[in-house]
Amino acid sequence: MLEIRHLRKVYEGTGRSVEAIRDIDFTLAQGELVCLVGPSGCGKTTLLKCVAGLLRPSAGSVLLDGSPVTGPRPGLAIVFQEYGRSLYPWLRVGDNVELPLRHRKGLSRTERRTRAAEALATVGLAEAGRAYPWELSGGMQQRVAIARALAYRPEVLLMDEPFAAVDAQTRADLEDLVRRLWTERGMTVLFVTHDIDEAVYLGERVLVLSRSPTVVLEQIEVGLPVRRDQLTTRADPEFTRLRTRVLERIRGTVPDAAARDQ
Amino acid sequence: MSRTAPAGPRGAALGTAGLVAFAALWEAVTRTGLVDGRFLPPFSRTVAALGRELGDGTFWSALGDTLTGWALGLAIATAAGIAAGFVIALVPYLRRATASTIEFLRPIPSVALIPLVVLVYGTEIASVLVLVVYASFWQVLVQVLYGAQDVDPVAEETARAYGLGPWARLRHVLWPTALPYLMTGVRLAAAVALILAITAELVIGAPGLGNLIAVAQDSQAVPEMYALILVTGLLGVVVNVGARAVERRALAWHQSVRGEVPV
Ligand SMILES: Nc1ncnc2c1ncn2[C@@H]1O[C@H](COP(=O)(O)OP(=O)(O)OP(=O)(O)O)[C@@H](O)[C@H]1O
Ligand SMILES: [Mg+2]
Repeated sequence: MLEIRHLRKVYEGTGRSVEAIRDIDFTLAQGELVCLVGPSGCGKTTLLKCVAGLLRPSAGSVLLDGSPVTGPRPGLAIVFQEYGRSLYPWLRVGDNVELPLRHRKGLSRTERRTRAAEALATVGLAEAGRAYPWELSGGMQQRVAIARALAYRPEVLLMDEPFAAVDAQTRADLEDLVRRLWTERGMTVLFVTHDIDEAVYLGERVLVLSRSPTVVLEQIEVGLPVRRDQLTTRADPEFTRLRTRVLERIRGTVPDAAARDQ
Repeated sequence: MSRTAPAGPRGAALGTAGLVAFAALWEAVTRTGLVDGRFLPPFSRTVAALGRELGDGTFWSALGDTLTGWALGLAIATAAGIAAGFVIALVPYLRRATASTIEFLRPIPSVALIPLVVLVYGTEIASVLVLVVYASFWQVLVQVLYGAQDVDPVAEETARAYGLGPWARLRHVLWPTALPYLMTGVRLAAAVALILAITAELVIGAPGLGNLIAVAQDSQAVPEMYALILVTGLLGVVVNVGARAVERRALAWHQSVRGEVPV
């Protein structure tokens, strides 16, 4: 479905070049929810921008349904890390959600309206359509950004540390929202976070990234049940085992796969 | 939606009090002989002269001429400033190529061009227009260029990620971002345009209030002259207040204007 093939990205500045990503290689199956954890500055946003077709990789490629991604694609939506800046303050919430649909062919005005209203209702903001984004709290703004992505009806949803700036309770609610949407809609989701607990709680698989220059350190299958719950899942011994495993991998206390083989 | 206006009723009251005090001071210095009445007639006589002007058709047609030159010039300058600003902003090559030219041409005071326009257009209204357009064009252009540079990269990337093409991005991202700057530019341009329109009429003798002031001066009609000057001052106030009102309405969403909304 979504293949990232030996992706490398070097930012060429004036007189200075930063190797943000050295070599990242993984595949997402149709309908899979994969979490990507890595330390700050390791190139997670860079990777998502390459996948979304906003940035050109320096080497390697991204394939969506087998064809290379060279620019933004209609089947793919992204929720940005800086959600506040990604919503337009001059448009009402409903118009923000609707804007991407206005440039899709074959969608009538009423269809657009309905889709936007539905998406807002899904994230629990049915009443907020007439408000401006800056009249909402941070958590609500983030839900608007998610609604905008949902109304776009993507096959692949990219989320870049979407809950980094909200309080613990809101965060738990939003995590459950993502799980619910994923089970209901069968989208393929690539979820970026630096929070290990969040990665294990949300993902069916967790990819652990190294520090920059970045490679994939390990892929960990999450064997938790599909129906997850903030209380019981987080108390599950398997959850604790997985998060310890990811943490060790990031801290580097588990020997490298290559070193172990020798 | 109610918002806290910067100039509330309190501000208006203060402003009125200031004007009244000014009028009183004017009356006082002329009545007590502190200032020679031949050069500055008392406020009351000036107002009486203003009353006579208001009953005179010449005054109204001059006012019409001035406002026509002002509005037409401002409209042309705004349209040209927006068009040039966006084209320059969208083409990085042009931005680099024009930067120094703009910095050179912009500070030239329009009045320095008076001899030139008189040579080319004589004392027609066209002379006034050229000067007004030249002066206000830069105000608009520079603000549009600032505005276009202020586009948030995240907002731009969002638009691209969701499949908005160049035109859609111009309309939905660049334009709204530049709008507050453009409004400032137009407000500044409106004031400059008025100054230039009246200066041009006064110096060149093109029809309008400026020309009436010159005629009043030549014929020693001192109270009439001051009455006309008062009118130009009032015009300036009206233009500024009007521009700010338009700005507030159009930019209700923008930080610099929007207040707190009671939920
Ligand atoms: N436009 C750019 N030009 C040059 N270097 C950049 C640019 N964007 C990012 N970088 C560099 O690339 C590296 C990865 O940045 P990126 O934003 O992808 O990290 P991240 O993993 O998303 O971090 P965070 O968790 O803090 O969001 C950093 O070293 C950063 O300085
Ligand atoms: Mg990031």
